[in-house]
Amino acid sequence: MSLLVYLLPYDFSPLTVLSFMLVLGFYGVGLLRMPDEERPGALRIFAFILGVMICYGVMQTRFDYYAQYMFFVHRGQHLILHHIGPILIALSNPLPVMRFWHSRMSPGLKNAFRPVGWVYQVLQYPIIALFLFVGLIYFWLWPPIHFDAMLSRDLYWIMNWSMLLDGLLFWWLIFDPRPPAITSSLGYGRRMLLLAAAGVLQMLLGAWIVFSRDMVYDVYEVCGRAWPLDPEVDQLLGGILTYIPPAMMSVLGILLILRRTMHEDGKYTNHSKKLQERAS
Amino acid sequence: MINRFWLHWTKTLPAILLLVMPVLLTGCFGNDEDWHGKNISGLMPELEFDLINSQGDPVSGSDYSGRVRMLFFGFTSCPDVCPTALRKLNQATSGLDPKLQEEVLTLFVSVDPRRDTPERLAKYVDFFGDNIVGLTGKEPQLRELAKRYRTTFGYEEPDPDGNYAVSHSSAIYVFDRGGNPRLLMRTDLSGEEIRHDLIALIQEGS
Repeated sequence: MSLLVYLLPYDFSPLTVLSFMLVLGFYGVGLLRMPDEERPGALRIFAFILGVMICYGVMQTRFDYYAQYMFFVHRGQHLILHHIGPILIALSNPLPVMRFWHSRMSPGLKNAFRPVGWVYQVLQYPIIALFLFVGLIYFWLWPPIHFDAMLSRDLYWIMNWSMLLDGLLFWWLIFDPRPPAITSSLGYGRRMLLLAAAGVLQMLLGAWIVFSRDMVYDVYEVCGRAWPLDPEVDQLLGGILTYIPPAMMSVLGILLILRRTMHEDGKYTNHSKKLQERAS
Repeated sequence: MINRFWLHWTKTLPAILLLVMPVLLTGCFGNDEDWHGKNISGLMPELEFDLINSQGDPVSGSDYSGRVRMLFFGFTSCPDVCPTALRKLNQATSGLDPKLQEEVLTLFVSVDPRRDTPERLAKYVDFFGDNIVGLTGKEPQLRELAKRYRTTFGYEEPDPDGNYAVSHSSAIYVFDRGGNPRLLMRTDLSGEEIRHDLIALIQEGS
């Protein structure tokens, strides 16, 4: 019984549960039905499911209760929704599953989805993507906005969902597995620049919270904490969670992209050179 | 042709969005200077509860409608936060014109039903003036109300004498005559400032 209390949602959101069920359902059925040679390996499937499940866990279990009444738990929640979960999902490369479902879609349905594609293209424009990724963190942590978001149930859900969706968009842009040399995906140099810029901007905000002497986020004070933790300690821990792990994610991302650059170095240029040689 | 049109837009649209978005966002930072408390209109649901009063009778949110209501969570063994807040509210309301006093009601919700029996609650709230009602209920009912207003409470481990502290919200939720959430007041406001906001709310509806 007590275990159930920890696993069941604090604030049940049918839409959230349904979305997660649909994502896992489509992924699972896609895996089973797709041709064997295209199916992702066990590690990739594990990474995808883990990424989805930790996002679900911070939104629809008892974790959410603590996230609502403790600043540092809230920062941990956003670290998972905006970084770790989406990173795992992007690295798991669910593209083959998506391609499978895309091939099964009727032309009419494909047409209906076209506007979604347009919005996606605009959102994945690098400057917009960076602006949204960092802007959303700043926006929801802007003290008056943060205060309202923690008081209003609707705003709270909009906040968490916007963080998750934007996290997916940004990290997919960064870890898009299609090589930019032969596809339209973003070039590796630009990806690293985006990561560096996002890292620095998040560090500025994190440092500001960590080194603030007075209470910046007093909504937790006003509305009661989940347990009696010293407010300054709560803010300090929350600041550290905004400051250090996101910066580490950026560095880690840059390393992964560098590795891929080295791996692909010469692979496609040689190919084009050969083509040139053959032409001349 | 379509492609060219689209190519053109993919380049200009981001620029337009970047310019437009900050303008849209500034709308969110509008500050209401008229209130001393924080304006929470539209952020929370209207006043609703199922509790018992200090006579032990079941009451609901509509039982006190038509008046400006100030909701405060606490417990009678509270050492400082609750007495200070209730004294301040009493100070604010007793300074009002006697006619206006009738229009305001303080709802003190005890989140410690184990110790706070209706009798004990009645004795406690009577100490803080006339326009105050003591409410309590079973723990699940209280949890539901707290959750509705985005707050929580918790109990400390009892000491050998059975005394324990209760953590709770320190905010005063103010609802207008229609039961709509209007202001969130912190206990660091002065009685004068609270009175100013109350008068504005009372006069609004009459």
